[in-house]
Amino acid sequence: MNAFSVTFRRDFAMMWSGGGALAPLGYFFGATMLVPLAMGPERDLLAAAGPPLVWIAAALAVLATLERLFQADLEDGSLDQMLLSRAPLEWIVLAKACALWCAIGLPLALAGAPAAIALQAPVERVPAIVASLALGMAAFIGVGLVGAAITAGVKRGGVLIALIVLPFFAPPIIFGSAVASGEDVGAALLILAGCALGGLALGPIAAAAALRLQAE
Amino acid sequence: MSGVGPFQDNPCLRVDGLAIARGGRVLFSGLSFAAEAGEYVEVRGANGAGKTSLIRALAGYLPPRAGTIVFERIAEPALALHYVGHANGLKSNVSVASHARYWSGLFGRAGDEEAALARLGLGGFGARLPRTLSQGQARRLALSRLLIAPRPIWLLDEPAAALDAQGREMLAGLIDAHRADGGIVVAAVHEPLGPAPSLALTVGA
Repeated sequence: MNAFSVTFRRDFAMMWSGGGALAPLGYFFGATMLVPLAMGPERDLLAAAGPPLVWIAAALAVLATLERLFQADLEDGSLDQMLLSRAPLEWIVLAKACALWCAIGLPLALAGAPAAIALQAPVERVPAIVASLALGMAAFIGVGLVGAAITAGVKRGGVLIALIVLPFFAPPIIFGSAVASGEDVGAALLILAGCALGGLALGPIAAAAALRLQAE
Repeated sequence: MSGVGPFQDNPCLRVDGLAIARGGRVLFSGLSFAAEAGEYVEVRGANGAGKTSLIRALAGYLPPRAGTIVFERIAEPALALHYVGHANGLKSNVSVASHARYWSGLFGRAGDEEAALARLGLGGFGARLPRTLSQGQARRLALSRLLIAPRPIWLLDEPAAALDAQGREMLAGLIDAHRADGGIVVAAVHEPLGPAPSLALTVGA
């Protein structure tokens, strides 16, 4: 087996054995269920403002998983070993990103379906919302890698990660909310796919550069 | 000892005028030495003298402040060396066998993982989790990387830390075997590991 597949399998297994998507999912459902409590039960108001809030909750849920992504590897010496791998560090970082998307991003996107329905999204729009969330999660993770790598050496770097990456969460949020509220769904999905590809192509390169500095 | 073992291409490590700084303070400068195939370099020095920094610079993690580190007849140094440092590189809830499989995938030249673990005295530990291992057993697991993927250059930082008498003897045996194979060992130590070093360096003196 090559470095990509062993890294993917190991990270995926660790994310599942450590409670997996349960904690981010709980966070996501908790946040979305607070929305009707805060806005009141009026159906029209909820139908207009509710579905985009699914996106905010998903963005914050994935943000919370980023803090330990590289920090643990830096502390326990695993990063030193990754630097001696036959595969470039960028490739290993991409494997970790894919594992994070499969273990946490995809379950969050699927959880978007019941959450969107609960917030009065029309049922026929739900598949598009799930698809947009799946793409958006990839974009968030691609950008989040960089924040996680830069703050790997910082104790309690979670807040710092949020400060670094939240501005870059704006484009996916804008177009994801457009999908959620039903405006020009096709074009918005294409732009989200672009954000996801861009994030996953550039994120590992920048994250690996930051991690090389951390190894000093 | 050249050209007898698996490492036929006579690797050579040459360090010239090396200076290392940490936190703006120069730990040592003007360090020069060379290690040919089959040689063992023992690095000594007081706490804070720069032993770990020297090993990490040789591994390529830490850019030197001045001087050169050259690996002769080795195309890609990062793929020709092993680093065993203070941090063992273990995940507390990933089994011993999974660690071995992961490393053989990561380093890309799969040796016999089972045999490597058995040689380190970890035979039958495959299902154990590192959080249930003692410090010495965890160090043995980290050392198993040296055998899982054969690489010519070993950079060891206090490799005998937490090892018992039998473990130290085993480590000395590994180093001897690696030298006989034409490999190079550089180890930072406080107590001699056993094998007679071809070169004893003292840093920061």
